[in-house]
Amino acid sequence: MIETKRPKLEILGGALVERIVDEGLTLLETQGVMIENAEALQLLGDAGAVVDRASQRARLGRKLVEGCLASTPSAITLYDRSGEKAFAVGGDEVHFDPGSAAVTLLDHDTQEERKAATADLVDFYKLVETLEHIHFQSTGLISSDVPAEVSDCYRLYLGLCLSSKPFVTGTFRVEGFRPMKDFLVAIRGGERELRLKPLAIFDACPSPPLKWSNLTAQSLLDAARAGIPSELISMGLTGATSPVTIAGTLVQHVAENLCGLAICQAAAKGAPVIFGGSPASFDMRKGTTPMGAIETIMIDSAYAQIGKFLKLPTHAYMGLSDAKVNDPQAGFETAMGAVLGALSGINVISGPGMLDFESSQSLEKLVIDDGICAMVYRLLAGIAQRDDPIALDVFEGFTPDMTFLSHPHTRQWYRKEHILAGLVDRDPYEAWVTAGRTSIVDKAHADVRRRLGKYDALPLADPVRKEIDKIMAAYARSSGVGRLPVWEL
Amino acid sequence: MIKDELLRNMSEAIVGGDRVAAVALASDAVRSGADLLEVIEKGFVTGLQKVGELWEQGDYFLPELISSAEAMKAAMAVLEPELARKKIEARSGGKVVIGTVEGDIHDIGKNLVASMLQAGGFEVFDLGADVKLERFVEKAEAVGARIICLSALLTTTMTNQKRLIGLLRDRGLRDKYKVLVGGAPASRKWADEIGADGYAENAVAAVKLVRTIAGRN
Repeated sequence: MIETKRPKLEILGGALVERIVDEGLTLLETQGVMIENAEALQLLGDAGAVVDRASQRARLGRKLVEGCLASTPSAITLYDRSGEKAFAVGGDEVHFDPGSAAVTLLDHDTQEERKAATADLVDFYKLVETLEHIHFQSTGLISSDVPAEVSDCYRLYLGLCLSSKPFVTGTFRVEGFRPMKDFLVAIRGGERELRLKPLAIFDACPSPPLKWSNLTAQSLLDAARAGIPSELISMGLTGATSPVTIAGTLVQHVAENLCGLAICQAAAKGAPVIFGGSPASFDMRKGTTPMGAIETIMIDSAYAQIGKFLKLPTHAYMGLSDAKVNDPQAGFETAMGAVLGALSGINVISGPGMLDFESSQSLEKLVIDDGICAMVYRLLAGIAQRDDPIALDVFEGFTPDMTFLSHPHTRQWYRKEHILAGLVDRDPYEAWVTAGRTSIVDKAHADVRRRLGKYDALPLADPVRKEIDKIMAAYARSSGVGRLPVWEL
Repeated sequence: MIKDELLRNMSEAIVGGDRVAAVALASDAVRSGADLLEVIEKGFVTGLQKVGELWEQGDYFLPELISSAEAMKAAMAVLEPELARKKIEARSGGKVVIGTVEGDIHDIGKNLVASMLQAGGFEVFDLGADVKLERFVEKAEAVGARIICLSALLTTTMTNQKRLIGLLRDRGLRDKYKVLVGGAPASRKWADEIGADGYAENAVAAVKLVRTIAGRN
């Protein structure tokens, strides 16, 4: 049998990849990066970086960065809450997770964005739990009924109670890391166990151009020491906070991410790091940051290729849209990003459900996007030689009136070769009219209700649940927060 | 009387966003003892107006807009000391305090508005991003500004625009100031809802709005 080719996109030529990496390294060496965190500066200084305390700038030589790259694992294995199911984050493996930290939810009934509350976040987690092609959860909504002091921690707490999938999350304040880590440790049953079987990825974003804030640098240090993978989210905006050319933005992307990687390695050699990002092609008319723009998708595909060249796991914000409702724009931007991200072999693709420049989530879109992800996985599986000979046997005894429908070969392969349509409309016109001309959004809404009804994820074991309840309550108390919203499983 | 050609060059330097040429033309004007008010009004400001038109027609984008504003500011920086020395009262739009409200670190849009206002002849006090609400009031009181411009990019922080209006009311200062709001989640409806004095959807519209409001004062 001939080996199946996995379809693949490499958007950059090899010479350009090398040139961009080379300029990124030069930038780190000559201009350096501003790091507003004394400990990170100290550690990098100890590792050989040239540190200027007054300007909080660290200049990282090539040797130092190359050493850090060498000690960073090229692949990570995440495990679900039970610790049984493994997900390889490396090579060309692709996992989707919902676009994270939306501040609003698109309300299906009013078709308006509104602030999300804890009840919405509960629905969000339950729904994602039922979506087969979205492998990871993300702390996807910010609940407006939870005080800001504890909201980063609370959304992870709630998610771990409701979902078994691995998480993509992050801190909003330095103090948030400790309780968030404690949840994960409690679930795994120990720090060592968490290190062996990571359950969550923590996002950390540099502030372009060439700066790591105190909060994000601290997250890198804390996560590295706990063995928690850090996702580096460089996010230049072309022509606004990074060079206007795509290649120029990639140079800055390399410098910012590699500085983050060096901070992780300086804190704990061998710490898991993911080469990610959320850059955008800045809109020169509206001053907005379109995630569905083709140039944004090109930047993503390109930096992921560079990440692979550096032998790192990769991540991107793709498969999302800037549309405000689930209209044609929402569909085509999402599909373009999801397909091209997957063809680029990006390991963690954050996007499903997301609208409006990473600021809004839609439950209906999550369901539609799960269908897009299903198609993407089919695409990645490629075209295989199933039989030898491929088809000559099927034509044996050919007559002009032969039908393939009843052929055993059809029965044998059709479910492997073709996926079912899901919510996509494939009715003949008359049937579509008779069925009430239902749009995919209405079908998705019905599917959301159906899925929420059948949600039956295993709850956390009682002692673990008690422990994380305790951690949450203690953190709320120490943050001066009295009551937290009541929610039901 | 300044030669038309010279005035046209000044205008063109602004339209082209040519900082170097704008500074050179302004310096020449100072050296030759030209009528500086004419230089500003018939030369540089004409260019800035043309830039606004090009933006509104959709020919100009943010890079052109901001380069022209920078060229204008550079020219004015040359002319202003000379105006002060000669005790000439230049056309001043008035004083404006601007910033992105607390909890919000996004400042690209706010910087654009600040730059355009400054280029448009206003004295701008830019407090930066993540600005405590009290600071807007303190600054406006201290410098004698009458207009406060508030930016917010997040729906979570835009409520601070409303809070500032409450703060002014509590201190009995509401009628003293005009409060203008902007930023991605803001809208005319939002401005009306919170009792702000105006809303603009982009930097060019913001300058027009401030100009109208200032004229009314």
